[in-house]
Amino acid sequence: MAVPAAGIAVATGAISLGHARAEAERLGPVVGFLAAVLVLAHFCDVEGLFQACGAWTARWAAGRPVRLLTAVFALASVITAVLSLDATIVLLTPVVFATAARTGVRPKPHVYACTHLSNTASLLLPVSNLTNLLAFAASGLSFTRFAALMALPWLAAIGVEYLVFRRFFARDLAAAAPAGRDTGEPPELPLFALVTVGCTLAGFVVASAFGVEPAWVAAAGALVLAGRALVRRKAGPLTVVRAAAPAFLAFVLALGIVVRAVVDNGLADVLGRVMPGGTGLPALLWVAALAALLANLINNLPAVLVLLPLAAPAGPGAVLAVLLGVNIGPNLTYAGSLATLLWRRIVHQHEHDVDLREFTRLGLLAVPSSLAVAVVALWGALRIM
Amino acid sequence: MRVIAWLVEGTWPACVDAVRAHAPGDAEVVLLHVSGPDVPAVAHGAFAGLLGRRGQDPGDRLEALGGTSATALLGAAAERLGRPCVREERSGRVEREVVAAAEGAGLLVLARDGDRSRLGPRSLGPAVRFAVDHAPCPVLLVWPEPAPRLDTIPPPPPHHHP
Repeated sequence: MAVPAAGIAVATGAISLGHARAEAERLGPVVGFLAAVLVLAHFCDVEGLFQACGAWTARWAAGRPVRLLTAVFALASVITAVLSLDATIVLLTPVVFATAARTGVRPKPHVYACTHLSNTASLLLPVSNLTNLLAFAASGLSFTRFAALMALPWLAAIGVEYLVFRRFFARDLAAAAPAGRDTGEPPELPLFALVTVGCTLAGFVVASAFGVEPAWVAAAGALVLAGRALVRRKAGPLTVVRAAAPAFLAFVLALGIVVRAVVDNGLADVLGRVMPGGTGLPALLWVAALAALLANLINNLPAVLVLLPLAAPAGPGAVLAVLLGVNIGPNLTYAGSLATLLWRRIVHQHEHDVDLREFTRLGLLAVPSSLAVAVVALWGALRIM
Repeated sequence: MRVIAWLVEGTWPACVDAVRAHAPGDAEVVLLHVSGPDVPAVAHGAFAGLLGRRGQDPGDRLEALGGTSATALLGAAAERLGRPCVREERSGRVEREVVAAAEGAGLLVLARDGDRSRLGPRSLGPAVRFAVDHAPCPVLLVWPEPAPRLDTIPPPPPHHHP
Protein backbone atom coordinates (compact mmCIF):
# COMPACT_ATOMS: atom_id res chain seq x y z
CA MET A 1 0.00 0.00 0.00
CA ALA A 2 2.89 2.36 0.79
CA VAL A 3 4.50 1.77 -2.62
CA PRO A 4 1.60 3.20 -4.68
CA ALA A 5 1.24 5.98 -2.09
CA ALA A 6 4.89 6.88 -2.64
CA GLY A 7 4.26 6.83 -6.41
CA ILE A 8 1.31 9.20 -6.00
CA ALA A 9 3.33 11.50 -3.75
CA VAL A 10 6.02 11.81 -6.44
CA ALA A 11 3.52 12.05 -9.33
CA THR A 12 1.46 14.81 -7.73
CA GLY A 13 4.53 16.81 -6.84
CA ALA A 14 3.96 16.46 -3.08
CA ILE A 15 7.63 15.55 -2.99
CA SER A 16 10.16 16.54 -5.64
CA LEU A 17 11.88 13.77 -7.56
CA GLY A 18 15.20 14.97 -6.18
CA HIS A 19 14.00 14.72 -2.56
CA ALA A 20 12.51 11.29 -3.23
CA ARG A 21 15.79 10.08 -4.71
CA ALA A 22 17.77 11.56 -1.80
CA GLU A 23 15.45 9.80 0.66
CA ALA A 24 15.82 6.48 -1.21
CA GLU A 25 19.62 6.87 -1.26
CA ARG A 26 19.65 7.63 2.46
CA LEU A 27 17.46 4.62 3.27
CA GLY A 28 19.13 2.20 0.84
CA PRO A 29 22.02 1.16 3.13
CA VAL A 30 19.65 0.91 6.11
CA VAL A 31 17.37 -1.42 4.17
CA GLY A 32 20.36 -3.53 3.13
CA PHE A 33 21.50 -3.74 6.75
CA LEU A 34 17.99 -4.83 7.78
CA ALA A 35 17.90 -7.52 5.08
CA ALA A 36 21.19 -8.94 6.38
CA VAL A 37 19.95 -9.07 9.98
CA LEU A 38 16.69 -10.76 8.93
CA VAL A 39 18.62 -13.42 6.99
CA LEU A 40 21.03 -13.92 9.91
CA ALA A 41 18.16 -14.53 12.37
CA HIS A 42 16.31 -16.82 9.97
CA PHE A 43 19.30 -19.12 9.51
CA CYS A 44 20.08 -19.13 13.23
CA ASP A 45 16.62 -20.66 13.54
CA VAL A 46 17.43 -23.17 10.78
CA GLU A 47 20.60 -24.12 12.71
CA GLY A 48 18.40 -24.87 15.74
CA LEU A 49 19.55 -21.97 17.93
CA PHE A 50 16.07 -21.10 19.19
CA GLN A 51 15.11 -24.72 19.94
CA ALA A 52 18.34 -25.08 21.91
CA CYS A 53 17.56 -21.88 23.85
CA GLY A 54 14.16 -23.31 24.76
CA ALA A 55 15.70 -26.55 25.98
CA TRP A 56 18.33 -24.71 28.08
CA THR A 57 15.75 -22.52 29.78
CA ALA A 58 13.50 -25.51 30.45
CA ARG A 59 16.33 -27.39 32.13
CA TRP A 60 17.53 -24.41 34.13
CA ALA A 61 14.03 -23.40 35.29
CA ALA A 62 12.99 -27.01 36.08
CA GLY A 63 9.30 -26.13 36.31
CA ARG A 64 9.77 -23.14 38.63
CA PRO A 65 7.82 -20.22 37.12
CA VAL A 66 9.90 -17.37 38.60
CA ARG A 67 13.14 -18.97 37.42
CA LEU A 68 11.61 -19.46 33.98
CA LEU A 69 10.62 -15.78 33.87
CA THR A 70 14.17 -14.76 34.79
CA ALA A 71 15.56 -17.02 32.07
CA VAL A 72 13.07 -15.70 29.50
CA PHE A 73 14.03 -12.12 30.41
CA ALA A 74 17.73 -12.87 29.91
CA LEU A 75 17.17 -14.81 26.71
CA ALA A 76 14.70 -12.39 25.09
CA SER A 77 16.90 -9.41 25.99
CA VAL A 78 20.00 -10.92 24.37
CA ILE A 79 18.15 -12.29 21.31
CA THR A 80 16.41 -8.95 20.74
CA ALA A 81 19.64 -6.98 21.12
CA VAL A 82 21.70 -9.20 18.82
CA LEU A 83 19.23 -10.62 16.28
CA SER A 84 16.58 -7.86 16.38
CA LEU A 85 13.05 -7.66 17.73
CA ASP A 86 11.65 -9.60 14.77
CA ALA A 87 13.58 -12.67 15.88
CA THR A 88 12.12 -12.45 19.38
CA ILE A 89 8.53 -12.04 18.20
CA VAL A 90 8.50 -14.51 15.32
CA LEU A 91 11.06 -17.12 16.34
CA LEU A 92 11.51 -16.99 20.13
CA THR A 93 7.90 -16.48 21.31
CA PRO A 94 6.63 -19.88 20.07
CA VAL A 95 9.67 -21.59 21.62
CA VAL A 96 9.05 -19.88 24.97
CA PHE A 97 5.37 -20.82 24.87
CA ALA A 98 6.22 -24.44 24.10
CA THR A 99 8.83 -24.49 26.87
CA ALA A 100 6.37 -23.18 29.45
CA ALA A 101 3.63 -25.56 28.35
CA ARG A 102 5.94 -28.57 28.28
CA THR A 103 7.24 -27.93 31.79
CA GLY A 104 3.72 -27.33 33.13
CA VAL A 105 4.12 -23.60 33.78
CA ARG A 106 1.39 -21.10 32.86
CA PRO A 107 2.64 -19.50 29.64
CA LYS A 108 0.98 -16.08 29.94
CA PRO A 109 3.67 -14.08 31.84
CA HIS A 110 6.41 -15.54 29.66
CA VAL A 111 4.68 -14.78 26.35
CA TYR A 112 3.89 -11.25 27.56
CA ALA A 113 7.57 -10.92 28.54
CA CYS A 114 8.63 -11.79 24.98
CA THR A 115 6.37 -9.15 23.44
CA HIS A 116 7.36 -6.45 25.96
CA LEU A 117 11.09 -7.19 25.72
CA SER A 118 11.02 -7.26 21.93
CA ASN A 119 10.43 -3.52 22.35
CA THR A 120 12.19 -2.62 25.60
CA ALA A 121 15.31 -4.72 25.00
CA SER A 122 15.73 -3.39 21.45
CA LEU A 123 17.65 -0.34 22.71
CA LEU A 124 21.18 -1.71 22.88
CA LEU A 125 22.63 -2.09 19.37
CA PRO A 126 21.91 -0.45 16.01
CA VAL A 127 20.87 -3.90 14.71
CA SER A 128 18.31 -4.52 17.47
CA ASN A 129 15.48 -2.60 15.84
CA LEU A 130 14.80 -1.03 12.45
CA THR A 131 14.18 2.26 14.27
CA ASN A 132 17.74 2.05 15.63
CA LEU A 133 19.16 1.45 12.15
CA LEU A 134 17.39 4.56 10.91
CA ALA A 135 18.53 6.63 13.89
CA PHE A 136 22.05 5.21 13.75
CA ALA A 137 22.41 6.46 10.19
CA ALA A 138 21.15 9.90 11.23
CA SER A 139 23.08 10.21 14.51
CA GLY A 140 26.63 10.05 13.16
CA LEU A 141 27.62 7.82 16.11
CA SER A 142 29.98 4.86 15.69
CA PHE A 143 28.62 1.36 16.36
CA THR A 144 30.53 1.01 19.64
CA ARG A 145 29.65 4.49 20.90
CA PHE A 146 25.97 3.87 20.16
CA ALA A 147 26.12 0.62 22.15
CA ALA A 148 28.11 2.22 25.00
CA LEU A 149 25.62 5.07 25.39
CA MET A 150 22.61 2.73 25.22
CA ALA A 151 23.95 0.00 27.54
CA LEU A 152 22.85 1.70 30.76
CA PRO A 153 19.35 2.69 29.50
CA TRP A 154 18.94 -0.87 28.12
CA LEU A 155 19.76 -2.49 31.47
CA ALA A 156 17.69 0.02 33.44
CA ALA A 157 14.59 -0.41 31.27
CA ILE A 158 14.81 -4.21 31.40
CA GLY A 159 15.25 -4.09 35.19
CA VAL A 160 12.12 -1.97 35.62
CA GLU A 161 10.14 -4.28 33.33
CA TYR A 162 11.27 -7.27 35.39
CA LEU A 163 10.06 -5.71 38.65
CA VAL A 164 6.72 -4.77 37.07
CA PHE A 165 6.26 -8.30 35.70
CA ARG A 166 7.08 -9.96 39.03
CA ARG A 167 4.35 -7.92 40.72
CA PHE A 168 1.79 -7.89 37.91
CA PHE A 169 1.88 -11.64 37.31
CA ALA A 170 2.51 -12.66 40.94
CA ARG A 171 -0.52 -15.00 40.94
CA ASP A 172 0.44 -16.87 37.75
CA LEU A 173 4.05 -17.09 38.90
CA ALA A 174 3.01 -18.62 42.23
CA ALA A 175 1.41 -21.63 40.51
CA ALA A 176 4.36 -24.03 40.64
CA ALA A 177 4.41 -26.88 38.18
CA PRO A 178 3.93 -30.39 39.52
CA ALA A 179 7.35 -31.95 40.02
CA GLY A 180 8.76 -34.53 37.63
CA ARG A 181 7.48 -33.05 34.39
CA ASP A 182 9.58 -33.57 31.30
CA THR A 183 12.29 -30.93 30.98
CA GLY A 184 13.42 -32.27 27.63
CA GLU A 185 16.50 -33.83 26.12
CA PRO A 186 19.82 -32.06 26.66
CA PRO A 187 20.05 -29.84 23.56
CA GLU A 188 22.69 -30.13 20.90
CA LEU A 189 24.86 -27.01 20.89
CA PRO A 190 24.33 -25.06 17.63
CA LEU A 191 28.01 -24.15 17.67
CA PHE A 192 28.25 -22.90 14.10
CA ALA A 193 25.42 -20.39 14.53
CA LEU A 194 26.79 -19.19 17.89
CA VAL A 195 30.31 -18.71 16.52
CA THR A 196 29.02 -16.89 13.44
CA VAL A 197 26.87 -14.52 15.51
CA GLY A 198 29.77 -13.97 17.94
CA CYS A 199 32.15 -13.19 15.08
CA THR A 200 29.58 -10.84 13.53
CA LEU A 201 29.31 -8.93 16.82
CA ALA A 202 33.08 -8.73 17.14
CA GLY A 203 33.18 -7.66 13.49
CA PHE A 204 30.86 -4.72 14.26
CA VAL A 205 33.30 -3.45 16.89
CA VAL A 206 36.38 -3.90 14.67
CA ALA A 207 34.66 -2.40 11.61
CA SER A 208 33.55 0.55 13.68
CA ALA A 209 37.15 1.19 14.78
CA PHE A 210 38.31 1.21 11.13
CA GLY A 211 35.37 3.26 9.86
CA VAL A 212 33.90 0.40 7.78
CA GLU A 213 30.09 0.34 7.41
CA PRO A 214 28.72 -2.28 9.88
CA ALA A 215 26.16 -3.30 7.25
CA TRP A 216 28.99 -5.14 5.43
CA VAL A 217 29.76 -7.15 8.57
CA ALA A 218 26.10 -8.11 8.95
CA ALA A 219 26.00 -9.11 5.29
CA ALA A 220 29.09 -11.30 5.77
CA GLY A 221 27.54 -13.06 8.78
CA ALA A 222 24.29 -13.59 6.89
CA LEU A 223 26.18 -14.96 3.86
CA VAL A 224 28.12 -17.44 5.99
CA LEU A 225 24.99 -18.90 7.61
CA ALA A 226 22.90 -18.82 4.42
CA GLY A 227 25.80 -20.28 2.42
CA ARG A 228 26.14 -23.19 4.84
CA ALA A 229 22.42 -23.91 4.61
CA LEU A 230 22.64 -23.77 0.79
CA VAL A 231 25.65 -26.10 0.65
CA ARG A 232 23.96 -28.58 2.98
CA ARG A 233 20.78 -28.30 0.91
CA LYS A 234 18.77 -27.19 3.95
CA ALA A 235 17.56 -24.19 1.96
CA GLY A 236 17.23 -23.03 -1.66
CA PRO A 237 18.14 -19.58 -3.00
CA LEU A 238 14.44 -18.68 -2.89
CA THR A 239 14.35 -19.26 0.89
CA VAL A 240 17.24 -16.84 1.33
CA VAL A 241 15.46 -14.17 -0.70
CA ARG A 242 12.23 -14.77 1.19
CA ALA A 243 14.04 -14.56 4.55
CA ALA A 244 15.17 -11.05 3.58
CA ALA A 245 11.49 -10.01 3.25
CA PRO A 246 11.86 -8.06 -0.04
CA ALA A 247 8.26 -6.79 0.08
CA PHE A 248 8.89 -5.29 3.49
CA LEU A 249 12.14 -3.68 2.34
CA ALA A 250 10.24 -2.01 -0.51
CA PHE A 251 7.63 -0.93 2.04
CA VAL A 252 10.29 0.77 4.19
CA LEU A 253 11.69 2.69 1.21
CA ALA A 254 8.22 3.77 0.11
CA LEU A 255 7.23 4.70 3.66
CA GLY A 256 10.34 6.86 3.92
CA ILE A 257 9.32 8.77 0.76
CA VAL A 258 5.69 9.18 1.91
CA VAL A 259 6.76 10.43 5.34
CA ARG A 260 9.24 12.83 3.71
CA ALA A 261 6.39 14.21 1.59
CA VAL A 262 4.22 14.74 4.69
CA VAL A 263 7.10 16.31 6.63
CA ASP A 264 7.96 18.64 3.72
CA ASN A 265 4.34 19.76 3.48
CA GLY A 266 3.93 21.25 6.93
CA LEU A 267 4.40 18.55 9.58
CA ALA A 268 7.97 19.69 10.20
CA ASP A 269 6.75 23.18 11.17
CA VAL A 270 4.09 21.82 13.52
CA LEU A 271 6.35 19.34 15.32
CA GLY A 272 9.34 21.71 15.21
CA ARG A 273 7.41 24.00 17.54
CA VAL A 274 6.97 21.32 20.23
CA MET A 275 10.50 19.85 19.93
CA PRO A 276 12.77 21.31 22.61
CA GLY A 277 16.38 22.16 21.91
CA GLY A 278 19.34 20.97 24.01
CA THR A 279 20.04 17.73 25.82
CA GLY A 280 19.30 18.62 29.45
CA LEU A 281 17.29 16.07 31.43
CA PRO A 282 13.92 17.85 31.03
CA ALA A 283 14.48 18.21 27.27
CA LEU A 284 15.37 14.51 26.91
CA LEU A 285 12.33 13.46 28.94
CA TRP A 286 10.07 15.64 26.81
CA VAL A 287 11.53 14.29 23.53
CA ALA A 288 11.15 10.68 24.70
CA ALA A 289 7.55 11.24 25.84
CA LEU A 290 6.66 12.92 22.56
CA ALA A 291 8.24 10.06 20.60
CA ALA A 292 6.38 7.46 22.68
CA LEU A 293 3.09 9.27 22.11
CA LEU A 294 3.61 9.52 18.36
CA ALA A 295 4.71 5.86 18.15
CA ASN A 296 1.47 4.84 19.86
CA LEU A 297 -0.61 6.84 17.43
CA ILE A 298 0.96 5.85 14.10
CA ASN A 299 3.43 2.96 14.76
CA ASN A 300 7.05 3.58 15.68
CA LEU A 301 8.44 3.27 12.16
CA PRO A 302 6.77 6.36 10.67
CA ALA A 303 7.20 8.06 14.06
CA VAL A 304 10.97 7.71 13.98
CA LEU A 305 11.10 8.82 10.33
CA VAL A 306 9.15 11.97 11.24
CA LEU A 307 11.10 12.82 14.39
CA LEU A 308 14.69 12.08 13.32
CA PRO A 309 15.23 15.13 11.09
CA LEU A 310 13.86 17.32 13.90
CA ALA A 311 15.98 15.76 16.64
CA ALA A 312 19.25 15.36 14.71
CA PRO A 313 20.33 19.04 14.90
CA ALA A 314 20.25 18.87 18.74
CA GLY A 315 22.87 16.10 18.67
CA PRO A 316 23.09 12.36 19.33
CA GLY A 317 21.54 12.70 22.80
CA ALA A 318 18.23 13.90 21.39
CA VAL A 319 18.29 11.20 18.68
CA LEU A 320 18.80 8.48 21.31
CA ALA A 321 16.00 9.96 23.43
CA VAL A 322 13.70 9.66 20.41
CA LEU A 323 14.74 6.01 20.19
CA LEU A 324 13.92 5.36 23.84
CA GLY A 325 10.44 6.75 23.21
CA VAL A 326 9.67 4.94 19.96
CA ASN A 327 11.13 1.62 21.18
CA ILE A 328 9.63 1.41 24.69
CA GLY A 329 6.42 3.31 23.87
CA PRO A 330 4.68 0.64 21.73
CA ASN A 331 4.23 -1.59 24.80
CA LEU A 332 1.37 0.70 25.73
CA THR A 333 -0.83 -0.36 22.81
CA TYR A 334 -1.53 -3.93 21.88
CA ALA A 335 -0.35 -4.30 18.21
CA GLY A 336 2.12 -1.44 18.67
CA SER A 337 -0.07 1.49 17.72
CA LEU A 338 -3.65 2.67 17.59
CA ALA A 339 -3.46 2.75 13.80
CA THR A 340 -2.52 -0.95 13.62
CA LEU A 341 -5.15 -1.78 16.23
CA LEU A 342 -7.91 -0.09 14.25
CA TRP A 343 -6.71 -1.80 11.10
CA ARG A 344 -6.80 -5.20 12.87
CA ARG A 345 -10.27 -4.49 14.21
CA ILE A 346 -11.49 -3.80 10.68
CA VAL A 347 -9.84 -6.87 9.15
CA HIS A 348 -10.53 -9.42 11.92
CA GLN A 349 -13.95 -8.41 13.13
CA HIS A 350 -15.12 -11.78 14.33
CA GLU A 351 -11.95 -13.02 15.93
CA HIS A 352 -11.41 -13.53 19.64
CA ASP A 353 -9.11 -10.80 20.78
CA VAL A 354 -6.77 -10.07 23.61
CA ASP A 355 -8.06 -8.78 26.94
CA LEU A 356 -7.28 -5.15 26.16
CA ARG A 357 -7.84 -4.01 29.74
CA GLU A 358 -5.18 -6.35 31.08
CA PHE A 359 -2.70 -5.54 28.33
CA THR A 360 -3.18 -1.80 28.73
CA ARG A 361 -3.00 -1.98 32.53
CA LEU A 362 0.38 -3.72 32.21
CA GLY A 363 1.51 -1.14 29.65
CA LEU A 364 0.44 1.78 31.85
CA LEU A 365 2.57 0.37 34.68
CA ALA A 366 5.59 -0.65 32.61
CA VAL A 367 5.97 2.02 29.92
CA PRO A 368 6.08 5.30 31.87
CA SER A 369 8.30 3.84 34.59
CA SER A 370 10.80 2.07 32.31
CA LEU A 371 10.88 5.03 29.91
CA ALA A 372 11.56 7.55 32.67
CA VAL A 373 14.29 5.41 34.23
CA ALA A 374 15.87 4.76 30.82
CA VAL A 375 15.93 8.48 29.96
CA VAL A 376 17.63 9.28 33.28
CA ALA A 377 20.14 6.50 32.55
CA LEU A 378 20.78 7.94 29.07
CA TRP A 379 21.26 11.40 30.53
CA GLY A 380 23.76 9.92 32.99
CA ALA A 381 25.58 8.03 30.23
CA LEU A 382 25.83 11.21 28.13
CA ARG A 383 27.33 13.04 31.14
CA ILE A 384 29.95 10.34 31.84
CA MET A 385 30.98 9.54 28.25
CA MET B 1 -23.76 -38.33 38.51
CA ARG B 2 -21.23 -36.36 36.47
CA VAL B 3 -18.15 -34.81 38.15
CA ILE B 4 -16.31 -32.06 36.25
CA ALA B 5 -12.69 -31.37 37.23
CA TRP B 6 -11.45 -28.08 35.77
CA LEU B 7 -7.68 -28.46 35.32
CA VAL B 8 -5.28 -25.52 35.01
CA GLU B 9 -1.49 -25.56 34.48
CA GLY B 10 0.38 -25.66 37.77
CA THR B 11 -2.56 -26.44 40.07
CA TRP B 12 -4.28 -29.40 38.40
CA PRO B 13 -2.89 -32.27 40.57
CA ALA B 14 -4.86 -31.02 43.59
CA CYS B 15 -8.10 -31.21 41.58
CA VAL B 16 -7.37 -34.75 40.40
CA ASP B 17 -6.57 -35.81 43.98
CA ALA B 18 -9.82 -34.24 45.19
CA VAL B 19 -11.77 -36.24 42.59
CA ARG B 20 -10.04 -39.41 43.78
CA ALA B 21 -10.91 -38.59 47.39
CA HIS B 22 -14.47 -37.29 47.03
CA ALA B 23 -16.14 -38.46 43.80
CA PRO B 24 -18.44 -41.47 44.19
CA GLY B 25 -17.09 -44.65 42.60
CA ASP B 26 -19.92 -44.82 40.04
CA ALA B 27 -19.63 -41.16 38.99
CA GLU B 28 -18.71 -40.20 35.44
CA VAL B 29 -15.54 -38.10 35.69
CA VAL B 30 -14.87 -35.38 33.10
CA LEU B 31 -11.38 -33.82 33.01
CA LEU B 32 -11.79 -30.33 31.53
CA HIS B 33 -9.13 -27.98 30.17
CA VAL B 34 -9.97 -24.61 28.64
CA SER B 35 -7.50 -22.70 26.44
CA GLY B 36 -8.05 -18.94 26.55
CA PRO B 37 -7.63 -16.83 23.43
CA ASP B 38 -5.54 -14.14 25.10
CA VAL B 39 -2.03 -15.64 24.96
CA PRO B 40 -2.04 -16.36 21.19
CA ALA B 41 -3.75 -12.99 20.70
CA VAL B 42 -0.80 -11.21 22.34
CA ALA B 43 1.51 -12.86 19.81
CA HIS B 44 -0.87 -11.94 16.97
CA GLY B 45 -0.75 -8.33 18.14
CA ALA B 46 3.03 -8.18 18.39
CA PHE B 47 3.25 -9.62 14.88
CA ALA B 48 0.80 -7.03 13.56
CA GLY B 49 3.09 -4.36 15.03
CA LEU B 50 5.89 -5.59 12.73
CA LEU B 51 3.78 -4.43 9.77
CA GLY B 52 4.18 -7.74 7.98
CA ARG B 53 7.92 -7.96 7.60
CA ARG B 54 7.79 -11.75 8.03
CA GLY B 55 5.55 -14.43 6.61
CA GLN B 56 4.50 -16.58 9.54
CA ASP B 57 2.32 -15.25 12.37
CA PRO B 58 3.64 -16.67 15.70
CA GLY B 59 0.11 -16.48 17.12
CA ASP B 60 -0.94 -19.32 14.79
CA ARG B 61 1.92 -21.47 16.06
CA LEU B 62 0.92 -20.68 19.65
CA GLU B 63 -2.65 -21.82 18.98
CA ALA B 64 -1.40 -25.12 17.56
CA LEU B 65 1.08 -25.62 20.40
CA GLY B 66 -1.62 -24.76 22.95
CA GLY B 67 -3.76 -27.63 21.68
CA THR B 68 -0.86 -30.07 21.99
CA SER B 69 -0.01 -29.00 25.53
CA ALA B 70 -3.65 -29.23 26.67
CA THR B 71 -3.77 -32.79 25.37
CA ALA B 72 -0.57 -33.62 27.24
CA LEU B 73 -1.91 -32.10 30.47
CA LEU B 74 -5.16 -34.08 30.26
CA GLY B 75 -3.15 -37.23 29.53
CA ALA B 76 -1.01 -36.75 32.65
CA ALA B 77 -4.12 -36.01 34.70
CA ALA B 78 -5.93 -39.13 33.46
CA GLU B 79 -2.89 -41.19 34.43
CA ARG B 80 -2.84 -39.67 37.92
CA LEU B 81 -6.59 -40.23 38.30
CA GLY B 82 -6.26 -43.95 37.54
CA ARG B 83 -9.90 -44.58 36.68
CA PRO B 84 -11.99 -44.27 33.53
CA CYS B 85 -12.73 -40.67 32.60
CA VAL B 86 -13.75 -38.39 29.74
CA ARG B 87 -11.24 -35.74 28.53
CA GLU B 88 -12.74 -32.48 27.32
CA GLU B 89 -10.78 -29.69 25.65
CA ARG B 90 -12.51 -26.38 25.14
CA SER B 91 -11.33 -23.00 23.95
CA GLY B 92 -12.82 -19.57 24.45
CA ARG B 93 -13.34 -17.22 27.37
CA VAL B 94 -12.12 -19.50 30.14
CA GLU B 95 -14.51 -18.74 33.01
CA ARG B 96 -17.60 -18.82 30.78
CA GLU B 97 -16.58 -22.10 29.14
CA VAL B 98 -16.18 -23.67 32.59
CA VAL B 99 -19.65 -22.58 33.68
CA ALA B 100 -21.12 -23.85 30.41
CA ALA B 101 -19.37 -27.20 30.82
CA ALA B 102 -20.72 -27.54 34.37
CA GLU B 103 -24.35 -27.37 33.26
CA GLY B 104 -26.21 -30.44 34.50
CA ALA B 105 -23.20 -31.76 36.43
CA GLY B 106 -23.41 -33.16 39.95
CA LEU B 107 -20.15 -31.55 41.09
CA LEU B 108 -17.57 -29.04 39.80
CA VAL B 109 -14.04 -29.42 41.21
CA LEU B 110 -11.65 -26.48 40.87
CA ALA B 111 -8.53 -25.08 42.51
CA ARG B 112 -7.89 -21.63 43.98
CA ASP B 113 -5.90 -19.47 41.57
CA GLY B 114 -5.21 -16.29 43.56
CA ASP B 115 -2.84 -15.23 46.34
CA ARG B 116 -2.45 -18.46 48.26
CA SER B 117 -0.18 -17.18 51.02
CA ARG B 118 -3.14 -16.48 53.32
CA LEU B 119 -6.74 -17.53 53.89
CA GLY B 120 -9.24 -15.12 52.45
CA PRO B 121 -11.10 -13.85 49.39
CA ARG B 122 -7.92 -12.90 47.53
CA SER B 123 -7.05 -16.58 47.18
CA LEU B 124 -9.55 -16.63 44.31
CA GLY B 125 -8.47 -15.00 41.05
CA PRO B 126 -11.00 -13.50 38.63
CA ALA B 127 -11.59 -16.72 36.64
CA VAL B 128 -12.23 -18.98 39.65
CA ARG B 129 -14.25 -16.23 41.33
CA PHE B 130 -16.52 -16.09 38.27
CA ALA B 131 -16.88 -19.87 38.11
CA VAL B 132 -17.71 -20.16 41.83
CA ASP B 133 -20.21 -17.29 41.67
CA HIS B 134 -21.98 -18.58 38.55
CA ALA B 135 -21.67 -22.38 38.78
CA PRO B 136 -25.04 -24.07 38.07
CA CYS B 137 -24.10 -27.04 40.31
CA PRO B 138 -22.42 -27.88 43.65
CA VAL B 139 -18.77 -26.77 43.82
CA LEU B 140 -15.73 -28.33 45.49
CA LEU B 141 -13.03 -25.64 45.88
CA VAL B 142 -9.59 -27.00 46.80
CA TRP B 143 -6.21 -25.53 47.79
CA PRO B 144 -3.50 -26.48 45.26
CA GLU B 145 -1.07 -26.98 48.13
CA PRO B 146 -1.67 -27.39 51.91
CA ALA B 147 -3.90 -24.52 53.08
CA PRO B 148 -2.28 -21.60 54.97
CA ARG B 149 -2.60 -21.51 58.76
CA LEU B 150 -5.61 -20.00 60.51
CA ASP B 151 -3.55 -17.13 61.90
CA THR B 152 -3.15 -15.70 58.36
CA ILE B 153 -6.65 -14.25 58.85
CA PRO B 154 -6.34 -10.65 60.08
CA PRO B 155 -7.83 -9.98 63.54
CA PRO B 156 -11.51 -8.93 63.53
CA PRO B 157 -12.18 -5.19 63.49
CA PRO B 158 -13.05 -3.66 66.91
CA HIS B 159 -16.70 -4.14 67.88
CA HIS B 160 -18.88 -1.44 66.45
CA HIS B 161 -21.98 -0.14 68.27
CA PRO B 162 -24.36 1.81 66.05
